[in-house]
Amino acid sequence: MALDNLFGIAGSALNAQSSRMNASASNLANAGAVAGSEKDAFRAKRVVFKTIMDQQTGKSDMGNQGGVRISAINDDPKTISRTSSPGNPIADKDGFIYLSNVNEMTEMVDMMAAARSYQNNVEVVNTARQLMLRTLDIIKS
Amino acid sequence: MNLIDTAFSAHEKALGVRSQRMELLSRNIANADTPNFKARDIDFRQALKDTQASTLQTSHRSHITNTDEESRSNIQYRVPFNVAIDGNTVELPVEQAKFGQYAAEYQTTLSILENRISGIRKALRGD
Repeated sequence: MALDNLFGIAGSALNAQSSRMNASASNLANAGAVAGSEKDAFRAKRVVFKTIMDQQTGKSDMGNQGGVRISAINDDPKTISRTSSPGNPIADKDGFIYLSNVNEMTEMVDMMAAARSYQNNVEVVNTARQLMLRTLDIIKS
Repeated sequence: MNLIDTAFSAHEKALGVRSQRMELLSRNIANADTPNFKARDIDFRQALKDTQASTLQTSHRSHITNTDEESRSNIQYRVPFNVAIDGNTVELPVEQAKFGQYAAEYQTTLSILENRISGIRKALRGD
């Protein structure tokens, strides 16, 4: 029955959206991190979503095909800014420290978007459950 | 058992198509943030017609039948109002509205079926 698959699909989306929220939380937590070189500076993490296809689940009865999975977690390519702070113990030989490229506004907006998508999928699960229970009630009529 | 076979008429098939439609919508909602995902929906009229069409006649067991529901032409891409910059065509408000509508339609079909079943039950019990 097709209604069964709703749980798998919405479940995969809940998983993906909570990973996205995790990434945002991690970005926000590391927003103030500084580093001694451009290479070591913290870069914001971005999750990339991908649709789950038949051939990836291996068999067709997994129940979450058409759902969503995380295909990659990429570093934000935005440039790393540096600031002069000669007194900082981790400053490089010219007295620069390197800041993370996290933008708090972007992260907050992304987190809200993830939360809304999460709620949407919770609503899908609720509706699917109600419809299934009502379908079961048919034997009582 | 002619009575029971005919009592449900198209509603039994409709329930199947409607649940398939709910699944497609949930896929759209799940992939609302997936780059390049294209929203899909079922052409209900065509899908219902397909369930009533007789399956392909086969005279040998290795012949291919057309019973595979996914391979039929009733699943189509939705025409979006706007396309997102990442190529995604899911518009959440549209999908939410449709999801609500389809859930209501599913329940309507269920209610009709319930009525038919209780009718048959009454007839069998004879009270």
